[in-house]
Amino acid sequence: MYNQTDIIKDTTDLGPDGELVVNMGPQHPATHGVLHLVVTLNGETIKKIEPHLGYIHRSIEKMCESLTYRQFIYVTSRMDYLSSHINNTACALLVEKGMQIEVPERAKVVRTILNELTRIASHELWIGAMAMDLGAFTPFFYAFREREMITDIMEDTCGARLTMNYIVPGGLMYDIHPDFQTKVKAFIKQFKEKVTEYEDLVTGNVIFQSRTKGVGVLTAKDAISYGCTGPVARASGVSCDIRKIAPYDAYDRVQFDEIIETAGDSFARYIVRVKEMNQSIRIIEQLIDNIPEGDFVGKTKNVLKLNKGEFYQRVETARGELGVYIVSEGATTPYRIKFRSPGFSNLSVLDHIAKGSKIGDLMATMGTLDLVIPDIDR
Amino acid sequence: MTNEAIKEYITAHAPEATYDETGEWLNIVVEANQLKPLANVLYGQPMQLDFLFCLTCVDYKTQLTMVYHLTASTNRNMNIVIKVNLDRSNPVIETVLTIWRTAEFHEREVFEMFGVQFTNHPDLRKLILEDDFKGWPLRKDFEDPINMIKL
Amino acid sequence: MELNENIAGNPPFPGIIHETPGGGIVVSTFDSVINWARSNSLWPLSFATSCCGIEMMSTASAKYDFSRFGFEVARASPRQADVIIIAGTIVNKMAPVLKRLYDQMADPKYVIAMGACAISGGPFFYNTYSVVKGADHIIPVDVYIPGCPPRPEALLHSLISLQEKIKMGMTRDQIRENFKGQ
Repeated sequence: MYNQTDIIKDTTDLGPDGELVVNMGPQHPATHGVLHLVVTLNGETIKKIEPHLGYIHRSIEKMCESLTYRQFIYVTSRMDYLSSHINNTACALLVEKGMQIEVPERAKVVRTILNELTRIASHELWIGAMAMDLGAFTPFFYAFREREMITDIMEDTCGARLTMNYIVPGGLMYDIHPDFQTKVKAFIKQFKEKVTEYEDLVTGNVIFQSRTKGVGVLTAKDAISYGCTGPVARASGVSCDIRKIAPYDAYDRVQFDEIIETAGDSFARYIVRVKEMNQSIRIIEQLIDNIPEGDFVGKTKNVLKLNKGEFYQRVETARGELGVYIVSEGATTPYRIKFRSPGFSNLSVLDHIAKGSKIGDLMATMGTLDLVIPDIDR
Repeated sequence: MTNEAIKEYITAHAPEATYDETGEWLNIVVEANQLKPLANVLYGQPMQLDFLFCLTCVDYKTQLTMVYHLTASTNRNMNIVIKVNLDRSNPVIETVLTIWRTAEFHEREVFEMFGVQFTNHPDLRKLILEDDFKGWPLRKDFEDPINMIKL
Repeated sequence: MELNENIAGNPPFPGIIHETPGGGIVVSTFDSVINWARSNSLWPLSFATSCCGIEMMSTASAKYDFSRFGFEVARASPRQADVIIIAGTIVNKMAPVLKRLYDQMADPKYVIAMGACAISGGPFFYNTYSVVKGADHIIPVDVYIPGCPPRPEALLHSLISLQEKIKMGMTRDQIRENFKGQ
């Protein structure tokens, strides 16, 4: 356990060159969770950033070694809670791959629609929170207006607003609500009208642009070496969308673009996410009218047991590439499970790109990396 | 490159490597002292595996096995898994931080969870657990009667 | 609900109004006026560790607004806050930080434990080596909200219950005596 003197030792302390060591967090309105950054400053310029993690380490990997293959999926909902459907899809796909379970077409299409709605909801919340960090309070309320429409749809179909355990190995837990299609169509209509509001309020704003252009530049070579994935890498010119590389569910039959920018700064990361929301709407539009009829879940045994061996499944969450790696010894519980989370690698690049900038720029950089701390600590 | 071509190329550089193709991707098992030279070879031409996307460790009760998943950023369909078996009582291995920078945080996590020592790592200390945590949690013989309530 | 009956009809205004020509006179006790003012302007500390934090943010936004109940300004510093809403799991590394924040708040201060994780460890109760099985191992809690995560309406109900608890004006032991057996 920590004791009191250890905490006091780390607070403001002048280093050998007259540098100031400042703690940001773990309780801080802009770190979006419990992230403790120890920042060494020289005046207002950052010399070094050291992240201290573990303030939300819930020992998920150890816990999953005693949960069955149907039970461990609920825990992954709580890891990166803003893309909970996508995390569940990763686990369900892994179990289906390991046990050769057939998934009916209806389940695949509905899973894809729910994944894309989750991605839009996550990016909405990110826009709201990031704009709030930079001082703009209005986009927060506008973003939550759209997000509430999505959580309404989720609540009708899946039963919960945030941590839905609706996607199970084999398909879906229950059939979709009869109003699903009408509500999603109403949401698409409203979203298309309102997305221009974000363009006007935030993207075209002079203050926002000068605070994010040229800030936190990440080159493509560094992005690959540090293992960054998702919008962070795509804004530096690296093509890494798992939905295009190894398509799963219904992604191989829809048309969408992979958004790549080359500037690598915070503004590019912002533009990538806004354009990704538009591409998600495009995917949903192609699928919502033709949901095939049929079963919503494939035939599975009651007790699931994976064969002896190792399995790896990757999906594209709103933050990057999530990988689930299971080593199975043929029992009803996994022998070792490892979650390769996107935030862990994205955070390791923070020290590299924020060195030399001012502390005000740190907010823009950290906001555009889109970190969700329980995903990093697991 | 096909699996056969990869196997030939690697055998030319690391003759004692053994292969296992039962899983989804090609698994290569090497000794601990051969990991760094093999990693250098794989990073350069012609394979250019410059994206290390998963670095972890598995505790089989008789030994610890390090697992490295590699791919090329220009050809994401080529995936290779390197495995290194380590002695349970004294697990030591060279760091691959100089080749793939993502290994810095991943190796710190493996160190605190399993107790594997990485030589030449610039800053090997606990990342996620508390600084005075005793024991290696993800090993199979970890017991914590105070905190862990078993079902 | 039992709380309502004990506040003698839960008057919206603390005191008895006597109409006299030229205005009215309000007769009350200092305690009830202070409790009424205190309960209608509680400022929460923004402390969200994990998933329940998102539901707290939803409660703060326009659809389920909690600023209509007086929780308008969410302060970032504990020295300016009245109530701490523990939204999320507390782990062994975070526990001293939580205690330090609670100690830094000025009296009178209140604590709401939101979500299953803050009540008892929640889904992370069995087989974890790092989770504190309930925030009340660290600090005393006034209101518990079950749910994983609880709906925004549940959080609003708990805020109203906290307001009624403050208006009652009883100390912890008096509440325990009064509600014994219920």
